[in-house]
Amino acid sequence: MQPFKPVLLEAIGVPDGHSITSYKSRGGYAPLEATLAGKQPSDVIDMVKASGLRGRGGAGFPTGLKWTFLPKDHPGPIYLCVNADESEPGTFNNRLLMEDDPHQVIEGIILSSYATRATTAYIYLRYEYPKSWHRLQAAIDEAYAAGYLGKNIRGTTFSLDIYLHRGAAAYICGEETGLIESLEGKRAWPRIKPPFPAIEGLFRKPTVVNNIETMACVAQIARRGVDWFKSIGVPADPTNPRDPGSYGPKLYCLSGHVEKPGCYEAPLGITARELIDRFGGGVWKGRAAKAVIPGGISMGLMTESELDTPLDFAGPGRVGCLGLGTAAVVVIDDQTSIVDFLHNSARFFAHESCGQCTPCREGTSWSLRILERIKAGKGRLKDLDILLELGSTMGMMPGSTICGLADGAAWPMKNAIKKFRGEFEDYIKRTNPSGWMVTDPVPALQIVGAH
Amino acid sequence: MPVVIVDGQEIEIGANERLNCIEAARRAGKEIPHYCWHPGLSVVASCRMCLVETGQRDAATGAITMVPKLVPGCQTPVRDGTVIVTESDTVKASRARVEEALLIDHPIDCPICDKAGECLLQDYHFQHGQPERRADLQPFHSRKRDVGPTVTLFVDRCIMCTRCVRFTREVTGTAELMVTSRGAKEEIDVFPGHPLANKLSGNVVDLCPVGALGDKDFLYQQRVWFLKREPNVCGGCSAGCSIHTEHNQDAVYRLKPRENPHVNTWWICDEGRYGWHHLHDQARMLEASRAISSPTHGRTAATTPATESIEWSEVVTKLRDDLKSAGRLAVAVSPMLTVEEAWMLCAVARSIDPEAFLALGFVPTRGADESFPGGFTIRAEKCPNRKGVEEVLALFSAGGRSWNDLVDHVSAGRADAAWVTAAYPTPWIDEAGAAAFSSLAQLVVQDLFDSPLMQLATWRLPAVGFAERSGTWVNVAHHAQSFRQAIRPPAGVWPEGRLFWNMLGRRGLYDVNAVRQQIATSSPSFRALAGELPSTGVDLRLHQIA
Repeated sequence: MQPFKPVLLEAIGVPDGHSITSYKSRGGYAPLEATLAGKQPSDVIDMVKASGLRGRGGAGFPTGLKWTFLPKDHPGPIYLCVNADESEPGTFNNRLLMEDDPHQVIEGIILSSYATRATTAYIYLRYEYPKSWHRLQAAIDEAYAAGYLGKNIRGTTFSLDIYLHRGAAAYICGEETGLIESLEGKRAWPRIKPPFPAIEGLFRKPTVVNNIETMACVAQIARRGVDWFKSIGVPADPTNPRDPGSYGPKLYCLSGHVEKPGCYEAPLGITARELIDRFGGGVWKGRAAKAVIPGGISMGLMTESELDTPLDFAGPGRVGCLGLGTAAVVVIDDQTSIVDFLHNSARFFAHESCGQCTPCREGTSWSLRILERIKAGKGRLKDLDILLELGSTMGMMPGSTICGLADGAAWPMKNAIKKFRGEFEDYIKRTNPSGWMVTDPVPALQIVGAH
Repeated sequence: MPVVIVDGQEIEIGANERLNCIEAARRAGKEIPHYCWHPGLSVVASCRMCLVETGQRDAATGAITMVPKLVPGCQTPVRDGTVIVTESDTVKASRARVEEALLIDHPIDCPICDKAGECLLQDYHFQHGQPERRADLQPFHSRKRDVGPTVTLFVDRCIMCTRCVRFTREVTGTAELMVTSRGAKEEIDVFPGHPLANKLSGNVVDLCPVGALGDKDFLYQQRVWFLKREPNVCGGCSAGCSIHTEHNQDAVYRLKPRENPHVNTWWICDEGRYGWHHLHDQARMLEASRAISSPTHGRTAATTPATESIEWSEVVTKLRDDLKSAGRLAVAVSPMLTVEEAWMLCAVARSIDPEAFLALGFVPTRGADESFPGGFTIRAEKCPNRKGVEEVLALFSAGGRSWNDLVDHVSAGRADAAWVTAAYPTPWIDEAGAAAFSSLAQLVVQDLFDSPLMQLATWRLPAVGFAERSGTWVNVAHHAQSFRQAIRPPAGVWPEGRLFWNMLGRRGLYDVNAVRQQIATSSPSFRALAGELPSTGVDLRLHQIA
């Protein structure tokens, strides 16, 4: 692979890289001025559509297409919500962008608002990012002072206000309609769809929800052009008309048992092995990887033999994972118990389930309690079947829940048990030698002894 | 007409009807189980019990394309060609899993739960659940807490359908209830110092599909399977809400709203819901009696005539004689009476004194009409049938006389005898108000309770309460509803209708239907009451316009 110069992360290591002067010295805001001076909103939509940019928040939905779902000639207001509730375990790419190059994000937001005719944009920031909070707010203030935000920007009829909203630390607020509910001041219970946010979102008005990194990509596409963006990544599969391809650079968050964890920018389609070896310095302490999470905990697990899978939008799905997700690659070395991993994952999802849909609310909590019992040395082989059943029946995909949180809880469960069933069985047999084979039904109530 | 295919059965729906899968399937006789969906509340699609398979039949080719996953029936609208499958293995397995999930944290304390017997969790478990419990958890708490003056929350029985929460937000607009915590630790609660204390609070108990919300008034009073329910109409105010009176052995235990799109939709107010206790009040008048000595003119309010009890069969003849001999008669027709009773009373009065002064009885009012964001209104007028009695009076005399007109009439000495029908559940007249009636030769008072007016009466007749009468009430919006008595009156008490029927010299048992048909055929204003009325009633004005 040819050497790749970071673009989204070009401000890293630059002194005062987060300031507007530094950003402008790198060519920032010039594309915005050019766009406002000579382009129509539809031109920006066309540009983003042509670039093949897909949402970086996890689902990988084509951004330009999302924008076109907004109703035509809507009297407004139209809202743009920027999802900075980065709470997928293992993910920290947005944080880097917000802390070290906030103007890149803001320029992307302004361009996107111009394209979608939004006049108000909200950044929903997760609570745990105080530095991002300060840097973003400072950058927004700078942008106002420089005339890139506010009324009649650069003498045009286009006006935009950006509000920075700090969440209260709940994973579910990263779900786009949960985010909208939370912004409205309500409990972040994801909404039923339809209507989709593009038709009826924030304050029941048409709304676009995009990720921070997507915004940064929009800024870079405007600066460097569609051809540059399309020259990076994995082209669309010509035999599959439904594959929009995976173009552009991507921030991979590498963590877990690697020598050099960190956030690395690479072209979409780099394999997990290459990422770990080239950027991460290999699995730590000279060990081998047992499993790798391809894109945040909810995407499932890849085994060591699946590490040559390209980490583009289509790749992880081919080895049974949910998808690329947030491209947060977490390495689990061969000394780590998958039982522990799954227990930890189940604990996270049981804690973060919003509790709206029965299958997710009870399923995540039940699976956690089963795993707690297995860890306590009282597991039975039968439990694995229950976990597998829970894993394959809860979620948006089988239709049993409103949002994808349950799919995210289900995937690590079924991946771990399908791909590492032997380890689970060994663990159960070793820790519960007298009871692992029991298949009796469990009495629902305490059995009262004869008196 | 659009056609929907439910389990292979084609049913037609109205061209402009907006139905979801649950409603459409119901038309085909298929019940899709559901907890969180309620027609009167917003759709949240969160219980996931109503998951079904759906598809679309192509109008041109007839080919059916199925959606590759389950969808919630409550959230999915039907249109022409919609295919709903409610009985497939996938659907059944999904229901069984939801039932299993809901029972994981449920205390399963049915033997001590008030809801047992009318609990959806029980019913659905028998219909759709799986026989074996796989969760090795033994959730045996039964925490409860007060959420307001009318309702107790049994926290662990809750299945988080959030119907109650949505009710307080969407219908009452008071938003006392909320969800706290997250995931499986979620609970319904109120904010400290803000109890569930709105005037419709009792409805959350009806909405609760399980035993989580208990009605303090009904809690542990009666097992629901002993209760019999009679379609009835609330007599609490002029809204005339459709209700079910639930009773056992002539004792009312609770009132429940009865769905009626024309009147009360799905709700009733707390005042109506708990407004049945006067029926079983120990202080009720139970005996007919009359003054021993024939009183003379010039009695004062302080002098109470001595009375002796009298058999009802004697009342029928002697009351007529007494009134006839007294002379000029004035009659107050209570708005608590049914149309049939009012009509018969007027007929009786006219037969005694063809010139009898007929007026509307006392109309109790309290405060002002109170409307809620969900459209429900509690009326200030605390009687169910003013409109009906007014229509009846219009048949007998012009002028629309009110209670005040009657008082003036009596005070002016233009009457020698008065017959005041009352049947009010609460005190309604004081001594000053009764004084106007103190100089009459004969005063007949028919009421539920003793009152200053009753003390003056030469004829003291017990009345009956709302659940003890049959007939028709016309509410404030001219909507007429007929109902049968739910419980028998206390021993020895004749409902007003029975007395009037007998005084008219009609034979056999009091036949309320016969009276209603007679009224309907003899007067255009009541033509809508002809024939069998639908359980939701009719609008009296409809036939008048036609």
